[in-house]
Amino acid sequence: MPAIRSTANPRADEFRANAAAMAALVADLREKVARIALGGDEGARAKHVARGKLLPRERVRALLDPGSPFLEFSQLAAFGMYNDEAPGAGVITGIGRVCGHECVVVANDATVKGGTYFPMTVKKHVRAQEIARENRLPCLYLVDSGGANLPTWDEVFPDRDHFGRIFYNQANMSAAGIPQIAAVMGSCTAGGAYVPAMSDETIIVKGQGTIFLGGPPLVKAATGEVVTPEELGGADVHARQSGVADHYALNDHHALAIARRIVRNFNRAKRVDATLAEPRDPLYPPEEIGGIIQADIRKPYDVREVIARIVDGSELDEFKQNYGTTLVTGFARIWGYPIGIVANNGILFSESALKAAHFIELCGQRGIPLLFLQNITGFMVGKKYEASGIARDGAKMVTAVSTVRVPKFTVIIGGSYGAGNYGMCGRAYSPRFLWMWPNARVSVMGGQQAAAVLATVRRDAIEARGETWSKEEEEAFRRPILEQYDRQGHPYYATARVWDDGVIAPEDTRRVLALALSAALNAPVEETKFGVFRM
Amino acid sequence: MFTKLLIANRGEIACRVIRTARRLGIGTVAVYSAADRGALHVRAADEAYLVGPAAAKESYLRGDRILEAALRSGAQAIHPGYGFLAENGDFAAACEKAGVVFVGPPASAIRAMGSKSAAKALMERAGVPLVPGYHGDDQDARHLRAEADRIGYPVLLKASAGGGGKGMRIVERADEFAAALASCKREAASAFGDDKVLVEKYLQRPRHIEIQVFADARGGCVHLFERDCSVQRRHQKVLEEAPAPGMTAARRAAMGAAAVAAAQAIGYVGAGTVEFIADQAGTFYFMEMNTRLQVEHPVTEMITGADLVEWQLRVAWGEPLPRRQDELALDGHALEARVYAEDPAKGFLPATGRIAHFVPPAASRHVRVDTGVAAGDEISPHYDPMVAKLIVWDRDRPAALARMREALGAFEIVGLTTNVAFLSRLVQCTPFAAADLDTGLIERARAELFPPPAAAPDEVLALATAAELLRLGRDARAHAAASGDPWSPWSECDGWRLNQDNHHVFDFREGDRPHAVTVHYRAGGAFEVELSGARRMLTCESVGATGVRAWLDDESIAATVVRSGDAIEVFHRGGRHRFELHDPWLAGAQTEAHGGGLTAPMPGKVIAVLVAAGAKVDRGAPLLVMEAMKMEHTIVAPAAGAVQEILYRIGDQVAEGAELIRFDAA
Repeated sequence: MPAIRSTANPRADEFRANAAAMAALVADLREKVARIALGGDEGARAKHVARGKLLPRERVRALLDPGSPFLEFSQLAAFGMYNDEAPGAGVITGIGRVCGHECVVVANDATVKGGTYFPMTVKKHVRAQEIARENRLPCLYLVDSGGANLPTWDEVFPDRDHFGRIFYNQANMSAAGIPQIAAVMGSCTAGGAYVPAMSDETIIVKGQGTIFLGGPPLVKAATGEVVTPEELGGADVHARQSGVADHYALNDHHALAIARRIVRNFNRAKRVDATLAEPRDPLYPPEEIGGIIQADIRKPYDVREVIARIVDGSELDEFKQNYGTTLVTGFARIWGYPIGIVANNGILFSESALKAAHFIELCGQRGIPLLFLQNITGFMVGKKYEASGIARDGAKMVTAVSTVRVPKFTVIIGGSYGAGNYGMCGRAYSPRFLWMWPNARVSVMGGQQAAAVLATVRRDAIEARGETWSKEEEEAFRRPILEQYDRQGHPYYATARVWDDGVIAPEDTRRVLALALSAALNAPVEETKFGVFRM
Repeated sequence: MFTKLLIANRGEIACRVIRTARRLGIGTVAVYSAADRGALHVRAADEAYLVGPAAAKESYLRGDRILEAALRSGAQAIHPGYGFLAENGDFAAACEKAGVVFVGPPASAIRAMGSKSAAKALMERAGVPLVPGYHGDDQDARHLRAEADRIGYPVLLKASAGGGGKGMRIVERADEFAAALASCKREAASAFGDDKVLVEKYLQRPRHIEIQVFADARGGCVHLFERDCSVQRRHQKVLEEAPAPGMTAARRAAMGAAAVAAAQAIGYVGAGTVEFIADQAGTFYFMEMNTRLQVEHPVTEMITGADLVEWQLRVAWGEPLPRRQDELALDGHALEARVYAEDPAKGFLPATGRIAHFVPPAASRHVRVDTGVAAGDEISPHYDPMVAKLIVWDRDRPAALARMREALGAFEIVGLTTNVAFLSRLVQCTPFAAADLDTGLIERARAELFPPPAAAPDEVLALATAAELLRLGRDARAHAAASGDPWSPWSECDGWRLNQDNHHVFDFREGDRPHAVTVHYRAGGAFEVELSGARRMLTCESVGATGVRAWLDDESIAATVVRSGDAIEVFHRGGRHRFELHDPWLAGAQTEAHGGGLTAPMPGKVIAVLVAAGAKVDRGAPLLVMEAMKMEHTIVAPAAGAVQEILYRIGDQVAEGAELIRFDAA
């Protein structure tokens, strides 16, 4: 199959306008990330550094192989939440290369409310662990946290995926042979003390790291004993007496160097369960994607133009090219890794759902990872379609998506509405990773549709009572609904709540997918057993 | 001609002799010590015999074993090189007795020159000029004074039995003589138990000029002009050149004649060197004769076109000298620099170590490198630390000097401390460049030769950084290639971050001087580096295994960068810069400091206290010994620091965890 031939004209006015619109969105994203990357306020950072500690991003940098990539997760977690007092939810998570091994790093940011766990901090931490577990990636915890955020304890402590889940995950990952390493570089109080205690190997920094179940104030309250943090749970206590820590580090740099030595001794070899090819750049630069994506979300474009700027050599071997044409399916390679692509090119009909189910079966059969490029307003509605069983065909697609065991990756490149989100492997369908482009929207349905549906229901009720509803009243009714959907459908709103793994620029998509694919192949590709397909 | 020659030496001279023998179609036999099993001279020879363990005394100085190897291999002759057995009359005699030709003078000539005082007497009789002096037994003060007056001031008073500068006095004027003599005699008596002194003319700013002589067994004897070896440190030659700057044809003829006379006086055969001491006016006096090939003989070869080893072999075979005196002409100017494994900054202390990287300047009509080592070899404390001789030739001295400067700049040695940078400064220093020579030149030019260490310039830092960036990329790609994910995007080293810029700080240390170089990753494999407070764009590429080319903004720069262990050595425009990348793990492992007390690891008894309170100790210094469970436990200093107080005495029982010593980490 020849390479996709792009018909886009980068000199066209429309292309330029699209590119400018996307560039503005990306610039806004980067500006926000840059601000969040600073961590806490200037005072908190200065205090942190004055204590001889490295800022968390410096810690991550020193931990990773110099110049190596870092695939950060949920950069905008807690964005616009908690009075914007928790940039990045006070924790940095991501996959990085340490001594040649891909590892998940979880680094507390003590400059953000002492590194305490807000609800989104817990969610981000647990999500990072989920990524580690699914992809069998060793975990390195750089601990510097005061533990649970007490004012929000009810959203942090008791539920299944709350604070306790962190230790449950550590224990079960360790049981599964996924190394768990902690470097205690600051406080590690109460429940937090279990992060190092539950780790396979633990480092503690002299004069900085403390581990205790009850801090000095609690001890004083409980027993009257007056004790300094260092006496209670400092490096000397834990590395020389208690055995809670295994390695005694003189400073942050030393601790991170020890962590690197520990990783060096993992004795893990990466075996990739796929045929590989030497990576080739796409024929068309990924930087052009912005010009392809219509600034006006209602205007259509051919998703192949996007695929041509993501896959090796711009080559896509399409499957059922002439059937169910509102969905593009086909085989390609990204950075030399095989991938099956399912991309929306319009609304989902029965045929496109059947085509998707068939294609997903093929990938499951062959152990080929799947990429979903979501840009979907939903399944077709109407009497004719319901009667011909679109729900049955949609169910086939959802069954295939749900039960296929190959690694799945989802990028929301446009709209993600309703059942389209399900069929195209939304968050609930456990893709290994899910990202959004800054132009994307996620909602149960479009704001206009929601407002129209609600207004219709309302009007019916009013008119059933024999009353009337003026155009102005209806407009006043619809406006807040539109506003709500607009605000909540925004990618920043979604990513703040960790409904995804981050917002990425279109031009970074190829690299992000390559890194994620490579990381995902640390885990063997499981065999698929599909559920019952409704026939 | 001989068909097989044994070379009773090692290193560069053994290799050099083998080279000529091979050219003449003579089979070569090497001997080696256990330490030299894989040495270049062993590999270069057709066959080789082990003659003993590493120590020279038990190997290269064992004439009996070497002779045995000669007999066993069927070698007809032995070339002794220089050093070791080269001037050992007994060995020469033993060779003769065993029927093996010793490539050198007869034993009698070696012995005649072996005793310095006897040699001087012999030379005096032969009419060779000696340093005026009085060496007689009449120690009467008035007589000595009269001798001093005859010799002319300044004079040197020296203990006859002395050495090492003890009991030496320089007397500038007649009226200082009496006092100086008295104190010299006192010192001589107390130091050597003998107050006998000698008086000699004191040469101010003397030069060391030697004449290469060559004699055959048929009575022929020629000289191959002079070499100036004035530049010395600790009485060892560092630079040699020929001809001697300022030498006139008449004086050359006179010195040559004196040298030939000296050789003939002792029935000399083969290559020899007559060493003279000369004052700044050119007046010269016999010092001694070396009855062997000199280290610096290549200098003479370069200006005469003669292969002195070939001459030696021809003469030893009984042939006449290849050229008559009137067939010898002096062409151009040659310089030799001796590259030593030593630290000039620490009083030329010999250095040892494994050579990780060894790339001498390319040989040409102008440049010759004589060496006996290659990368991977070890410079051990057993033998002379000379690594190589660098010889250059050109039409005149300034041109030769330029060659030398360039060649030294291109000499790359990594893995041990060498004097290459010092030699570079030496050949460029004002007095040497101006040929203002004397044996005290190095001391005189100290300020110029030992400048305070300068920080590496930005270009060098940029090149070191570029080399590290390239290495990181290479290593990551190699790691990936060897894994199940050979083209892994994780092996990229372009600093990729999601939605953010990224940088890395290279924490270089140049000695004690830190250089933190921040590199910002930019698109398209480019970097932005912070140097001297300014940001400059950097792109780079590898050139061969160790070459690095970099573009710093629009400036293109290149260097050889060699990494050995943690060290990064940058050879750039004739300069060498050594960096280490700070390794927090290593630094931590080396410190492992915790202040406070030192405690007993288990209950036991103190059986030795090895330090006193107040003692300053290094890390790891033993402080106290305990006995517990029938085992001795030594408590060592956890870091460099001071012992504050010792809390137990010998014989005391101590409990587990008891603090034994109060210690203050530095």
